Amino acid sequence: MSKKIGLYIYTGDGIADAVDVDKLVELATGDLNIPVVRTHDNLYSPEGAAMVKADIEKEGVNAVLLAGLSPRYEFKDFDFPGVLVEKVGIRELVAWSHPVNPEDENAEAQKEHVQELAEDYLRMYAAKMGKAELPEPYKMEQVNQRILVIGGGVTGLTAALEAAEAGHEAVIIERESELGGHAAKYRKQIPIGPDYSHLADPIVGDLIARVQANDKIQVKTGTEIARIGGVPGAFRASLKPAGTKSEWDAPVPLTDEEKLDENGNELSAEDQKKKYDEKNEGRQDYMQEDPSAEVFGAIVLASGWTPYEPADDEFPHLGWGKNGVVTNWQLEEMASSGQIKRPDGRAVKSIAFVLSPGAKEDDADFPYASAVTSLVALKQAKMFRESNPDGRAYIFYQHMRTPGQYEYFYKGLQDDAGIFLTKGAVTEVKDGAAGALTVNVENTILGEDIAVDVDMVVLATGMVPTTRDEAVVNLAYRQGPAFRDLDLFGGYCDSNFICFPYETRRTGIYAAGGVRRGMTIEESIEDATGATLKAIQCLQAVDEGHAVHPRTWDYDFPDFYFQRCTQCKRCTEECPFGALDDDEKGTPKPNPTRCRRCGTCMGACPERIIGFKDYNIDIVGSMIKAIEVPDDDEDKLRMIIFACENDAYPALDQAARKGNAWSPLVRIIPVRCLGSVNVSWIKDAMSSGIDGALLLGCKYGDDYQCHFVKGSELANRRMENVAETLNSLGMEPERVKLAQIAIDEFDKVPGIINDFVEEIVGMGPNPFKGW
Amino acid sequence: MSKSILVVGGGFSGLTAAVEAAEAGYDVYIVEKESYLGGRVAQLNKYFPKLCPPTCGLEINFRRVKTSPRITFYSMAEVQSISGSPGNFKVKLKVNPRFTTPQCTNCKPGEEASTTEVPDQFNFGMSTRKAIYMPHPMAFPNQCVVDAAVAATEEGQNIKAAMPAGHVDLNQKAEVVDLEVGAVIVATGWQPYDPNKMDNLSFSQFDNLITNMMMERLASPSGPTEGKILRPSDQAEPKSVGFVQCAGSRDENHLPYCSYICCMATLKQAMYIREQNPDIEVYIFYIDIRSPGRKYENFYKKVKADDKVHFIKGKVAEVKAGSDGNVILVAEDTIGGGRVEQEVEMGVLATGMQPVGAVSPLPGVKYDSDGFVIPKEGIIPCGCAKRPVDVVSSAQSATAAALKAIQVVRRAG
Repeated sequence: MSKKIGLYIYTGDGIADAVDVDKLVELATGDLNIPVVRTHDNLYSPEGAAMVKADIEKEGVNAVLLAGLSPRYEFKDFDFPGVLVEKVGIRELVAWSHPVNPEDENAEAQKEHVQELAEDYLRMYAAKMGKAELPEPYKMEQVNQRILVIGGGVTGLTAALEAAEAGHEAVIIERESELGGHAAKYRKQIPIGPDYSHLADPIVGDLIARVQANDKIQVKTGTEIARIGGVPGAFRASLKPAGTKSEWDAPVPLTDEEKLDENGNELSAEDQKKKYDEKNEGRQDYMQEDPSAEVFGAIVLASGWTPYEPADDEFPHLGWGKNGVVTNWQLEEMASSGQIKRPDGRAVKSIAFVLSPGAKEDDADFPYASAVTSLVALKQAKMFRESNPDGRAYIFYQHMRTPGQYEYFYKGLQDDAGIFLTKGAVTEVKDGAAGALTVNVENTILGEDIAVDVDMVVLATGMVPTTRDEAVVNLAYRQGPAFRDLDLFGGYCDSNFICFPYETRRTGIYAAGGVRRGMTIEESIEDATGATLKAIQCLQAVDEGHAVHPRTWDYDFPDFYFQRCTQCKRCTEECPFGALDDDEKGTPKPNPTRCRRCGTCMGACPERIIGFKDYNIDIVGSMIKAIEVPDDDEDKLRMIIFACENDAYPALDQAARKGNAWSPLVRIIPVRCLGSVNVSWIKDAMSSGIDGALLLGCKYGDDYQCHFVKGSELANRRMENVAETLNSLGMEPERVKLAQIAIDEFDKVPGIINDFVEEIVGMGPNPFKGW
Repeated sequence: MSKSILVVGGGFSGLTAAVEAAEAGYDVYIVEKESYLGGRVAQLNKYFPKLCPPTCGLEINFRRVKTSPRITFYSMAEVQSISGSPGNFKVKLKVNPRFTTPQCTNCKPGEEASTTEVPDQFNFGMSTRKAIYMPHPMAFPNQCVVDAAVAATEEGQNIKAAMPAGHVDLNQKAEVVDLEVGAVIVATGWQPYDPNKMDNLSFSQFDNLITNMMMERLASPSGPTEGKILRPSDQAEPKSVGFVQCAGSRDENHLPYCSYICCMATLKQAMYIREQNPDIEVYIFYIDIRSPGRKYENFYKKVKADDKVHFIKGKVAEVKAGSDGNVILVAEDTIGGGRVEQEVEMGVLATGMQPVGAVSPLPGVKYDSDGFVIPKEGIIPCGCAKRPVDVVSSAQSATAAALKAIQVVRRAG
């Protein structure tokens, strides 16, 4: 679009004291050639907004640059349809973060630095305004509104019902021949509401009946997913009879290990292809469309869990393998068939429940245990007592985990004289007299070690998420069929984000229930409802043409200039969300509705052919080149900072608000994610004579805080390569550095910047300055 | 008939419910009684078990609120009445004046002109603030507030004169706003159980006996000590800290239920302390360590591995005065046996969460005997208004509530 820029400089809040505003205006109207330039001491008031609006209407301004408050504030009055509005926070980045004490002997020199800083920000943002365009939403022709629900247990049944209640058709895929999942085998449930004194009757029968009566819901039992291709709004699911093979089974890419020969060297592309074809023999290429696939808009993954089955040699001190030693699930099955007895036929009059397997060494519960495990032990003890008035139940725990109002259930059980509860370390289960099992317990709260003889010992083992051992969703994606890196979460389909638990790394697919975490039935129902909302919401976003979380407000999407693509595959491999597929040659195929707009692909691309309308290689490159770099003044070195706008940038804002000063030699450019930082920007900076570059981004590692999962980690890896390049040019590799910063570390961020500046000053100017 | 949804409470659950519903295509109102959104989590230093800052998620959610055309929020507002039926509720709000205009994002000049200093409740009274103030450094809306108490005084005039023209408006009056909504999500959250109610713990007698929420403020870089954990009595770093678990929770006389978060919060706070200084000894008196599930169990394991963190199974029965401002925690060690008297330089009460409904119930909403909301068609509780939960479960519950509310307004429409 042809642009007429209007620059509006806010002079309040100390800005006019910190900088010479007249000089800024002179720069803007002169060198920067901005046609409309105004100043206002109360710019963000209704009068200020009216002034801007008048310029839009009368002067034809269609690109508004507000120089004043940080872009993190609310600018509702400055939302003008069809007008590009950009904000540069000179209040925070210049005035507040660079206080000058007029008493200082070098106050004049300091003021000069601050003035240059403000002028550079105007240059940078004027350059940005010249290049940026208004985003246009990506609109799919048709957005399919059906929800695919994988799994027909309580979670899946609920998801389908909730979707139907919200007006969406749903299809449930269940591998077994019957609906209901594990819950169908429960005789009784954990109490559901106050006063928590009675076991509840199973609700799953009611859910199944409601599903079967609902004409918006279709059920396919004995069915599983061969593959899911496509995109949010138009996923294509190939279904098959459970347990069978299909040509449409999702191909599995080579693992990193498989890409190597026996000597550990990487195989040639050809050999890799051969190996891949062998591995996936009989399967259609992942990009091949199954003509008989069913189309869905979004997916709820409710594939649940499997009972933890100890290995033969596991827990020998607990008698695993002995007659009468069973898991909680085995007991559940016996209870539901009406007969709790041992394989040797012995009647069971007493049961010991063991919640923690670690004897005296470790007080943890069993692997994959949760609050559910404690609650189930209580439930099973109560069930057993209700059908055996003379029976005795012992519950040995290290920590009874009955959160919230479940405490009432626990307390209620304490009144039953036939249920004996104690903290203690179960050190041994051995054969006792007359076929009984003797359980030795130490460190009890009774003040003594005890030994009890029982007929049965129940190990309160955990619930293993189905995604630990299988892909389940079987995606026909470039990056493979499964969610990535679930081993970080023990195989649970976990989001890693405390605030955003439904996030997955595959847009449009939301996990719920036991596949995410050990959950009670009550919690699974709630969780299914939440995941269904996310699925429906994703369809809304696709329909409106914007991103889903975390850039929900973003209507832009990446554009590829394919003529220059070298098929290097970096973008397809590095996209944290698997948004990109590719063709035979390796040319990426963008799937805009899978994309989260983080720009990791843009950062990865060595050919610099990926960009957004308002955020691309050229825009940021131009901002860098707009910085005025003095050629021959060692007191005026220039450093650039790429600051992640999610965490680092707000930290800088807070530091400024506190008056925590940082060096005026740095120029800060907010980026969507460090993953979007392209090394060409570093090269641009170095070749324009800038003396150093610092990347400020989120913490990475197992507890990563990056909202785009891998951004800061990828940036770090790329910068290592940059360091090598600098080295080969005879430059100090330390001129480029990455620091991890959390949003609340505003007290640390000025120190990080100043240390970096000091280091660069110590090195002296960029040797290529002035070339 | 209305297709709008009202969310009462702008804390983590309310924000989540609101943005999730709005992004699914529905108009949402948020009513928040404080001057800022974010609620309790805005006061926390870090979340367990990732030890990541709450402001990170809040920043994103605030941005979702700011950019959504479908969300209207009222801060400093209370619900006065809810009448009508699902699909057709009439709600009356009272919106209290802030005495500033939206462009008032910096109150430094006003603070200098203000002579009043009042205890800052955001920091549980551990610091003071002026009569014009920003609720906290990351507050959203990022708009200053003038205390109603000074609005009609000379001090109010002085503050106004010191601030840029048009930023302070002392003539603002409380307004009544009438809303028509199809469904109401109750996300009123929780408050720390009042430690003064437990006579045996003598909270008010000891300067160096604090609550777990106060510890969050002490550990926070934006708190009264800029993140240094110091004893309130002498601002010295404590060499030992003792935690009293179940301070009110699992107790028939106080909160009979388990508050769910306090065990994990204490483990987290033990890490704050140990990261600050490797010489500080930490004592944790507990009944059970409730760290269920893989993530929380691993976190407990990590804290347990630290040999300066001592776990004593026993409920603290009494807190006594020690020397030099120290406190003595008295408990029965149920495993080791015998009475334990542990002197520590600072004590922390792991006070539980009480639903706000137990103290200030909403009109037209039914509660159980603990103060948790009993759901009914069109009135949907989530987060800690529904049951004691952590942040991740609040997010789940709030997202689910958004869909339940959408279904109600769809049915009615």
